[in-house]
Amino acid sequence: MFKIEAFIQPSKLEKAREVLQSIGIDGLTVSEVRGHGRQKGHREVYRGREYDVDFIHKIKLETVVPDARKDEVVAALVEAVRTGAIGDGKIFVSAVVDVIRIRDDAHGESAL
Amino acid sequence: MSNRVFVGLLLFASSALAQAPQGDRAELRALQAAVTASQSAGDNAWMLTSSALVLMMTGPGLALFYCGLVRKRNVLGTMMQSFAMMAVITLIWGVCGYSLVFSQGNPFIGGLDYLFLNGVGADPNPLYAPTIPHQTFMIYQLMFAIITPALITGAFAERVHFKAMVMFSVLWTFFVYFPTAHMIWGTGGFLNAYLGGRIPVFDFAGGTVVHITSGFSALVAALYIGKRAGYPHEKFVPHNLVLSFIGACLLWVGWFGFNAGSALAASSLATSAFVATHFAAAAGAVSWMAAERVRKGQASALGAISGAVAGLATVTQGAGFVKPFSAVIIGLVAGSLGYFMVTTVKERFHYDDSLDVFGVHGIGGFVGCLLTGVFATRAVNSALKLASGQPAPLGWIDGNPAQVLNQLAGAAVGIGLGVVGTLAALKITELVTPLRMMEGEEATGMDLSLHGEEGYNFEG
Repeated sequence: MFKIEAFIQPSKLEKAREVLQSIGIDGLTVSEVRGHGRQKGHREVYRGREYDVDFIHKIKLETVVPDARKDEVVAALVEAVRTGAIGDGKIFVSAVVDVIRIRDDAHGESAL
Repeated sequence: MSNRVFVGLLLFASSALAQAPQGDRAELRALQAAVTASQSAGDNAWMLTSSALVLMMTGPGLALFYCGLVRKRNVLGTMMQSFAMMAVITLIWGVCGYSLVFSQGNPFIGGLDYLFLNGVGADPNPLYAPTIPHQTFMIYQLMFAIITPALITGAFAERVHFKAMVMFSVLWTFFVYFPTAHMIWGTGGFLNAYLGGRIPVFDFAGGTVVHITSGFSALVAALYIGKRAGYPHEKFVPHNLVLSFIGACLLWVGWFGFNAGSALAASSLATSAFVATHFAAAAGAVSWMAAERVRKGQASALGAISGAVAGLATVTQGAGFVKPFSAVIIGLVAGSLGYFMVTTVKERFHYDDSLDVFGVHGIGGFVGCLLTGVFATRAVNSALKLASGQPAPLGWIDGNPAQVLNQLAGAAVGIGLGVVGTLAALKITELVTPLRMMEGEEATGMDLSLHGEEGYNFEG
């Protein structure tokens, strides 16, 4: 199994969710996060005083998928949220050792 | 206006009926009493409404305006500073404040005739407002005494201990507000243009009494108390401009009570002040936005609302003396000048007047005071009479340039008393309790450190 963590533009969340649902990915966790990559932040001005905002609002979207579906899901996500501009975000994929469904103690891919 | 026509008809009828039989006279007297009662009812309705509007300026108007400009750890503490004034100053006003401003005393402070509101009842006080209950006048004036120290709290936002803030504000009200208000508005006051003053100062709704005193006191307090920890290197970004936006709009609406209510009657003068107020606010907003657009390329929401408040503060002094397009000029000056003060001047001199009380209210009030001396005209306000009974010329445009000097003298008294009274109030407070929160408390924020609460609890 693989965990897919995607850091995306907040405005792209709805589209990402639709695409994932359409290919049958039902389990999804979303968090509002802040951070920056090479893009860095932006500048805000309040009554003439300028502030650099270093951390930008992003959405972190997490899902765990069976081994066989990793590439398909990543490709669908990239397709859904890409605009081609700086700040589109990043996707991290990592191996997951086990999954346990708390209700009935099921393990592994069948618990997804 | 229809009231006046009616009164005119009545006077005509009264002369025609001068030799009328006894029964008709009684009827006439009854009619006159009914006219007086109906005017009193109309005026009282407007003045009670105005009183409520002016209270709304402090809470929630000013409380929202200020709390949105601070960081979120200080949102409740900042709102509490305004709200505390609504409670504390009210009680002091009832005990002795009203008396010290409006009862007969010496030229600098009122007497004790109205201690505990003694003698302040349903009968009008003909000196100030002959058509409304004395109690209405009292409660209306209270709302001004509340907002003035509340304005100052913006200068030392995010760092002063609650206890010290309350004590300072109470002392300040005694040292600065009561004497200034008495001098300008109280009978026999040194600067009262109508009731026996030495120097006639025109202050319709408190440009000097409220905005100059609070604005210059705010600068002194900000300098004395010192900057916020980390200022200016750390980020002091307004945590919720939506709250500030709502607050500013409530201030704009409430200001109609503040300025038009200062006619003390539902009269055409109230309308005139209402119109001047509105035009100055609009011009202030346009002017600040234009200045931002020129200097930074973008007009901001915070700039627009700040400009409106600057226009309102600046037109306060002259609201009931100037024509609409004089008010537009006053507003245009206020917006650009306010922008210049809070950007260039504040940056240059490195003071942490955190929410720009000095730049907007102090300087706005000062300029508005002088411009009242320029633009005040008997065409708008004919209450001041010459010995001949004709309306006296008011400002420069009426051919009385010396009035600008009178206004300057009034402003100087407000500034001088503000500086000295603020220093005294701060020194005395400091003897009793530390002015500032401790460093750790300041970092944690006022909400948790001073009040044991948080403004935003989204869990649960």
